[in-house]
Amino acid sequence: MTINGDGTTIEAWTNLAIAGVAQGSMYGMLALGYSMVYGVLGFINFAHGEVFMGGAMVSFFAAQNLFERGVWESNFALSLTIVLVVAVLTSTLIAVIVERVAYRPLRNAPRIIPLITSIGISFFIQYTFAGLFGEGIKNYPPPPSYLRDKVDLFGVLPIEGTKILVIVVTTVSMLGLYYYVQKTKAGRSMRAVAEDREIAALMGINVDRTIVSTFAVGGAMAGVAGILWALLFRSISFITGFLPGIKAFTAAVLGGIGNLAGAMVGGLVLGLLESVGTILILGGWGIPGAGNLKDVIAFSALVLVLIFRPRGLFGERLTHEDRP
Amino acid sequence: MTALAAGRRRSVADFDIKEVVVHGALAALVISFIAAIGMLEELDNRILITPVLSLGYLTIAWAPFLFGYRASHEKTIEGVEPPTKGLRDIVVGGVVGLVAGLIVSSFGWLAQTMDLTGVFIHTGERMQSALLFGKSPAVGFLLMVLFSVTLGVFGGALHVIRPRIRSLVAVSVGTTLVFALFEADVKQLFKGLRIEGLGKIVYAPAGGLTVVTAVAVTAIVVLIKIYGKGRGPTATYQRIKKHHKNLTPEIRKRNNWFWTAAGIGAYLVIPQILGRSLSETAVNIGLFIILGIGLNIVVGQAGMLDLGYVAFFAVGAYGIAMLTSPFRPAQWIPQLDFWVALPIVIIVAAFVGILVGTPVIRMRGDYLAIVTLGFGEITQKLFLSDWWKPVVGGAQGITNVPSVTIGPIEFAGANSKMVFYLVAVLVGGTFLVSQRLEHSRVGRSWAALREDEQIAEATGINTVTSKLLAFLIGAVIAALAGALFAAKVGSVFPSSFKLLVSLIILVVIIVGGLGSLRGVAIGSVVLIGLLGGPTLPGLLREFGRFKLLIYGIILIYMMLKRPEGLLPNVTRARELHHDELKQDDWLNKVSDVDGESGVTA
Repeated sequence: MTINGDGTTIEAWTNLAIAGVAQGSMYGMLALGYSMVYGVLGFINFAHGEVFMGGAMVSFFAAQNLFERGVWESNFALSLTIVLVVAVLTSTLIAVIVERVAYRPLRNAPRIIPLITSIGISFFIQYTFAGLFGEGIKNYPPPPSYLRDKVDLFGVLPIEGTKILVIVVTTVSMLGLYYYVQKTKAGRSMRAVAEDREIAALMGINVDRTIVSTFAVGGAMAGVAGILWALLFRSISFITGFLPGIKAFTAAVLGGIGNLAGAMVGGLVLGLLESVGTILILGGWGIPGAGNLKDVIAFSALVLVLIFRPRGLFGERLTHEDRP
Repeated sequence: MTALAAGRRRSVADFDIKEVVVHGALAALVISFIAAIGMLEELDNRILITPVLSLGYLTIAWAPFLFGYRASHEKTIEGVEPPTKGLRDIVVGGVVGLVAGLIVSSFGWLAQTMDLTGVFIHTGERMQSALLFGKSPAVGFLLMVLFSVTLGVFGGALHVIRPRIRSLVAVSVGTTLVFALFEADVKQLFKGLRIEGLGKIVYAPAGGLTVVTAVAVTAIVVLIKIYGKGRGPTATYQRIKKHHKNLTPEIRKRNNWFWTAAGIGAYLVIPQILGRSLSETAVNIGLFIILGIGLNIVVGQAGMLDLGYVAFFAVGAYGIAMLTSPFRPAQWIPQLDFWVALPIVIIVAAFVGILVGTPVIRMRGDYLAIVTLGFGEITQKLFLSDWWKPVVGGAQGITNVPSVTIGPIEFAGANSKMVFYLVAVLVGGTFLVSQRLEHSRVGRSWAALREDEQIAEATGINTVTSKLLAFLIGAVIAALAGALFAAKVGSVFPSSFKLLVSLIILVVIIVGGLGSLRGVAIGSVVLIGLLGGPTLPGLLREFGRFKLLIYGIILIYMMLKRPEGLLPNVTRARELHHDELKQDDWLNKVSDVDGESGVTA
């Protein structure tokens, strides 16, 4: 589909916008993990993209298995639930193991050290998956036809079923996360640790457990993002996680690091910037091959935001010692 | 473990069973992992000692050995005599090996009974036969357990044998393995030294050492170690150094002439001895040393984590290609000679350095990392884009970049022996520049910035210019390496300038030791030379597919255990281990030991 700015129909614009929202939902889900870890521990967990890839990769085997047994076609809702659970469990497990092995011993090291460690973990997870499952691209079985056709939402919005599904899953997960962070005891300790680790410990909060649960929740969100990726793009390989990971971090910074609502909005903004913005801005300037420059747009957005609003669009939430 | 009174022998069964089982399970996990990612079967094809040892088994043999050693290792506690070493350590090692062997052979047997290849693609026939030594399940099972127990016992026995013998065994076996591992390179060196016949004697015709030659090499090394005591290179060096102090100035001058001449002679002869393929490796190492030195100025000295360093490398390479290639996409640019184009490229790179540096220097450390990464990615994508295609050639890149010439001498890229001369000079040059910088006013201001920016600013250091200067110098050095790279390879493609390159340069300087020049050299030799760079093969070609996995493991290990690197810069190490040093200091004070505490107040 080639589009140039002046000849773009309304329908094409809506398509782009919806694609942007769907993609942005995925970025937002990933950005939450970055934001939560940054809020609590104050470093960029580079390996978060790989946590997402791991969930998507392992759930691919579940999906393939279900497809071979015919369950995928006959009962898609059940299959999707199973696959989702597999992805969430895998990602959570990877995130928790990584925290245990690599980040816990570095809790009091200078901030740069866990950052560099996470780059190493990123390599390690990528090539472990490449070694165990092969380096080829794996294709998810396609969702049933009623989800691939366009539905007229409210009679005006033509939208594919899969994209509706993506947006619904994201909304539900977000609400779940909001409930967890705001209403449960574990969420409260998470907020306390993010505020001030030492004082929280003095108040009798088990800091280690809270940090593990932060990683676990972030990992679970990454697992959900993995399934969204599967629904949207249907193909996965061992390097799939890297670029979305960095972009999700961009989204987290856009919204203001440590700010969970901000992370979600940042994700949506980034998704829209990539889909609509690429055509609108670059196409508008008459730049050829604008569609391939979406990464440039995303990273330029990151650079510009950090230059002009280093605390993000909605303000960052940092531990009390990190605050300027 | 309870610490016991000095010299008490302990019963053989005095160990913590849980700890031993955990160590055994970890060893088993490592072996199963290596097998499941296909490393064992792939490296099994490379014979080290016919017919007993292949590289594949070497990659798993260390696990039970090391964990056996670790499990029987005692923490020494201040003021408490450690218990006597003895049979118990050997037993512990053996039990660790037993646990590991049982688990691994069960894994092999499991892979044989259930077909796992649908998910784990490397767990097929070849892996199973490698794990069970190609024998029937029952025999293979026993052999695997035996293999593992033996190694575990050796690991435990390390504690028991005397240190002198231990080092003797380690050095001799290590040397033999080096001979076996780098067979092709050793043969090439023999050829370069005009003693080709020796290679034919040492190695079997089908490849690998024979059992006889392996034993012979080990024995020779042992003899050298025993009879060469006090005459080895280190001892000689120490003697020369001591001698050097009491020399008169005239003799010293004459000696300096002699050393300079020897250095130039070595420089001229080395590539001829190395031959083509080893020179190629040396050139790659050299390129990464240059890049490492440049990044080290930004990261190690000025303390700014730049993850987009490859952008400057790309600017240098593309700059030269755009100005010197007859096939340059933008024909309106005049075609220049390399030496005319180089200053222009350097000026452009300096400008790009300032352009990237200006917005980021005010940022927090980790934001700086991610923004520079963004800049690196933007650069690569722009070189790839259709938008810039008319100037930089898009995905097809620019080909036919002419090689460097000085007068009548051509340093053709295909002839790495010639390129070596060029790269060696540039490595030496950047090395000297960087060294002088470190001890200059600018270098000291970088150190101050790294330690504490606010205090540095308060003492009158202009933080903005200092940081920009670091970016600028780093950019220029990378551009130099890029220019050389383009002229050597003869073409530039966007795919050569991925984020991976930035990360690998970073790993090189971190493993070597941040802020340490010798560290950069060591890091580059070890990583780029042995494992290989982003796309370049290293000497251990067999590991090609697992290169980045190993990079990752090395990086994690270094950060957890030795964040200051292999050859640390003294001040940096002190920053990283500040707390421990304080503790040591306190201990020294408490135990009233007269000596240097290593901490300067």
